[in-house]
Amino acid sequence: MNELLEATGIAKAYGAVVALRNANLSVRAGEIHALVGANGAGKSTLVKILTGAVRPDRGVIRIRGEVLGTHSPAEARRIGIASVYQEPALIPDLDVQSNLQLTATPSGPFRRWLSELGLEDLDLRTVARDLPLPVLRVLDLARALALDASLLVLDEMTAALPADLTERVMDVVGRQRSDTRAVVFISHRLTEISALCDRATVLRDGETVGVVDVGEGSEEAMVGLMLGGTVAEAAREGAATPTTAARAGGTPRVAVRRLRAGTKLHDVSFELHAGEVLGVVALEGQGQDELFRVLAGAQRPAGGEIRVDGTVVRFGHPSDAIRAGLVYVPADRMEALLVQRSVRENVALPFVNTPLRWGAINMRREARLVDAAITRLRIDTRAGSEVRRLSGGNQQKVTIARWIAAGVRTLLCFDPTRGIDIGTKREIYALLRELAAAGAAVLLYTSELEEIQLACDRAVVIFGGQVVAQLPAAEADEPTLLRAAYGLLANGSAAAGSASAQATAGGQP
Amino acid sequence: MSSSAATAIRPAQPGALERAVRRNGWTIGLYLLLLAFLLFTKLIHESFGAFDIETLAIGALPLALAAAAQTAAVVAGGIDLSVGALMALANVLAASLMLNQSFGTALGIAALVLIMGALAGALNGALVVATKVPDIVVTLAMSFVWGGVALLVLPHPGGGAPPEFQALASGRFLTEWVPNALVVLVLSVGLIWYPLQRTRLGLSLYAVGSDALAAFRSGVDVARAKIVSYTVCGLFAAAGGLALTMTTGIGSPLAGTYYTLSGVAAVVLGGVSLAGGRGGMLAPLAAAYILTIIPTDLLFLGADPNFGQVIQGAIMVLVVMAAGLISLRRSGA
Amino acid sequence: MSATKPAPSPSATMVRCAQDWRRRAREQTIISLLILLVALVALLDVIRPGMVSLNWISSTLLYAAPLGILAAGQTLVMLTGGIDLSVAAVATAAGYVMASQATAQGDARAVFFGLGIAAAVGLVNGIGVGVLRVQPLIMTLGMSLVVAGFLTVYQVLAVASAAAVPGFVTAVGSGTSLGFIPNSLVLWVPIAALVIWGLRRSGYGRLLYAVGDNPTAARLAGVRVWEVLVVDYVLSGLLAGIAGIDLAGLTSTATIDLGNSFLLPSIAAVVIGGTSIFGGRGGYGGSIVGALILTVLVSLLTIIDAPEPFRQVLYGAIILGVAAAYTRVVNE
Repeated sequence: MNELLEATGIAKAYGAVVALRNANLSVRAGEIHALVGANGAGKSTLVKILTGAVRPDRGVIRIRGEVLGTHSPAEARRIGIASVYQEPALIPDLDVQSNLQLTATPSGPFRRWLSELGLEDLDLRTVARDLPLPVLRVLDLARALALDASLLVLDEMTAALPADLTERVMDVVGRQRSDTRAVVFISHRLTEISALCDRATVLRDGETVGVVDVGEGSEEAMVGLMLGGTVAEAAREGAATPTTAARAGGTPRVAVRRLRAGTKLHDVSFELHAGEVLGVVALEGQGQDELFRVLAGAQRPAGGEIRVDGTVVRFGHPSDAIRAGLVYVPADRMEALLVQRSVRENVALPFVNTPLRWGAINMRREARLVDAAITRLRIDTRAGSEVRRLSGGNQQKVTIARWIAAGVRTLLCFDPTRGIDIGTKREIYALLRELAAAGAAVLLYTSELEEIQLACDRAVVIFGGQVVAQLPAAEADEPTLLRAAYGLLANGSAAAGSASAQATAGGQP
Repeated sequence: MSSSAATAIRPAQPGALERAVRRNGWTIGLYLLLLAFLLFTKLIHESFGAFDIETLAIGALPLALAAAAQTAAVVAGGIDLSVGALMALANVLAASLMLNQSFGTALGIAALVLIMGALAGALNGALVVATKVPDIVVTLAMSFVWGGVALLVLPHPGGGAPPEFQALASGRFLTEWVPNALVVLVLSVGLIWYPLQRTRLGLSLYAVGSDALAAFRSGVDVARAKIVSYTVCGLFAAAGGLALTMTTGIGSPLAGTYYTLSGVAAVVLGGVSLAGGRGGMLAPLAAAYILTIIPTDLLFLGADPNFGQVIQGAIMVLVVMAAGLISLRRSGA
Repeated sequence: MSATKPAPSPSATMVRCAQDWRRRAREQTIISLLILLVALVALLDVIRPGMVSLNWISSTLLYAAPLGILAAGQTLVMLTGGIDLSVAAVATAAGYVMASQATAQGDARAVFFGLGIAAAVGLVNGIGVGVLRVQPLIMTLGMSLVVAGFLTVYQVLAVASAAAVPGFVTAVGSGTSLGFIPNSLVLWVPIAALVIWGLRRSGYGRLLYAVGDNPTAARLAGVRVWEVLVVDYVLSGLLAGIAGIDLAGLTSTATIDLGNSFLLPSIAAVVIGGTSIFGGRGGYGGSIVGALILTVLVSLLTIIDAPEPFRQVLYGAIILGVAAAYTRVVNE
């Protein structure tokens, strides 16, 4: 048996959110093994468990047949696992030299790898904080390589790299194949996996659903496994059937033109009309976070234009956006909730947000509005004295209830159904449809692609900070969306037809 | 993306000198400021000479050590509000034990007091780690405890120390321009901090202060780093207490209180980031001298020396407010 | 409330149930604190029989009033996750400036001066913390140095005009009516009522909790956090000023270390009262009981002749123990 790493039955939950149910990963010596899966499938959690940064709830990890006991990054390193995380791991305030010393990295091999990766003239006395992100990623890689570990775990190593650096990295990683070593390679870019890897393990919803030998046609097989077989039925069971969006024409509620922000959002334009739910689809880190934060007034754009009801707006603070009718439900509930406060205070928070309303609260009116919202969303308030004691689904409902309690014009929902149960998900889809039917405009980003057809009228797909496709819901089935999200779709919706045809052909392996 | 992207993302490589200046700009600036203050003092006070330098060095010694103690806690992302109380404790312990003792015994007692300081600091750190209560609250509470113990040891100012021990801080070394107090300071910081800073353990203090998560992922034992930082802090605080014994010749249970706040002021003025991870020992030491020379100059100028405290507080507030303003403008742009 | 709603929905009933439960839980914290207070008083009566009397209660309230008012400001600040280390210096400044100006300016204007200085210091603190995002600890520490320094200088300059506490201030601070009702309740009771009501029933009170619980969430809900913080620190400064004037009345003298010994007790009272040092939970009711507990504790320690050092160590242990216990509750 030449299994270098054998992880079986790994499970991990963060509170009520299950990140991994039953993940298995088996890596042979001498191979480059890809780990793939849609957003939230549990790849990053599995990486953190393998490298000792997170302790699993269940499961066994064996390295060369020996069970891995204690969990800490130091222990993982000792037994020969080196890793590059998605976030740079260099200490920002130390220079590169000191960072090497801190981790006891031999500097000779480090320099050698650095020059292989094309950064031979980097000054090691530079403070990490002053280096650009791609360089930090490459330094992390060189440090991991210099440790001469038997298992190298690379999480989205190529994500932030420009094309020529990516090439060098792929080249260096490719040469890591040897009798005693292996690489676990996580990437959203299927083309890279095809070019580099030998086998791929596919995760879906925290479970390993298959292992694919990489070769001719394996991309379609991976996509098929990522999607799973039950999608079609789930879609038919959907609680709400989207009404067709026949509301074009007239002034759009929100019109975004050539919007740029941060380092990830480059050029996004679309229109959002009253009465529709517009879905936004993107892989992680394609600029969607920035898009929503800019629309919510939480971040300043670097360029472009936002019009609300035809008027150009500039938001300096979320309160500006709220005044313009744009309200935001962020992805991370912990960004929206006052966890130590009651449901009532959480829902009523926007009622008191300007100095004009700092005086006495009309408790009766507040109770009426809050009760109405609670009833409408069917929030279970048995543990309502402290929001942190509610279930994830109920917490999410509270973040939405806050905005519909006093009436909503434009709702920006960022992945509102992540990590919550299917029943609550349905309720939320139904609510979004209901709000749209009552004349609100809803912008919905979701990491669960089947939601697009369940809840939306249209979808825009963002890749690399740009809109790569706009599709009506009818055409936005999962295979099409996933291909578009991976940048595999030719430009715009024109190509949608042929792409989806391809998908149906390739969807049956 | 062009093929020259890799070269484009490479940072400009500054020369060694340029980088040293840029990285230590604040420190260099502070030492220039200190020099300017010394020259200014000479200007307004003709007879300012070696003797006054010695007085200044003696006066600044406890504050400089308090600043060193605070720096050790702050670089690891903490803060120690019990520095003053610990100094008082070391001060009264030394003064009450050393009274009427020989110089040799006094040195032994001094070593004992230093060990006590390190242990007290380690206890502070262990409490921070174990209770998960914010550093500020733990050390604030512990400042009562250490202050109370100091009062227990010596309810009223008193005690004493052999003259040879006191002479460690007064007097001069080799030439009349190098006061002993400066030598004591340089030795204690040079023997404790600089060797530590070069080791992995020392780096781990900065790592934890800079980014605790990244430090953990780099294999750093975060709890150990925290405890070590408070231990070093306690050690310097005890040294500061001994300095008080040397310079005043007695022990006073309330002498230390002033040094908690002034130590923080020196650290802030010394450019040590209160968020942790950034800053060295040199700049806070210069800051301690500057904070000591200001009241002297005010006295020479005929102004009320009590303005010194106003200026200390104002400097502290203005420096942190300016830092806030800069980061505000940067994030707004 | 149910009278206005003939047919409350099931979930609405649930809300009310939850609110009942919560109110009970909050009252229970206060009840256990009250039990502790009563136990301390009983202990006092056992050690020194006959000591606890109407007069004793009256003088205890008189001594607790400045601490209680100081703790009100500290509570408001700590609810937002901050801390105000300048309250003692501000109280001293207000009391001393008021006393030293009384002869020259007239009593009313002198009080106004004292409070004005207190509010001004609070405003600077608020701008530093709210707008420039300086750590509250550092900001207020620095301001306390500035204020104390200025006060020392002021004392030297104003030495000609002797500090004389106006008669009505003394009457409020140390007098009693009808034989035993402490006059300083005239200040403390309305302040307590206003603060408790405000925290529960006013929009601003809600925002203090919101900002302390989660400033990001508050901002995303449209709250301009800096406005809340600036007002908060001004209020804390004002309350510290009132406490300082009350304290000057209590002691009938005004020195430049008038309020210095009150800084740590003001924090201890709030922490004992159950307000989280991280912000977002707690209230003034607990702080009031905390202030009373501390005051009774001091008389207890005085009676058993406990040395000052012992008292200090006890203070420290209580703050740390209570903070650790509350931290455990939060992390559970």
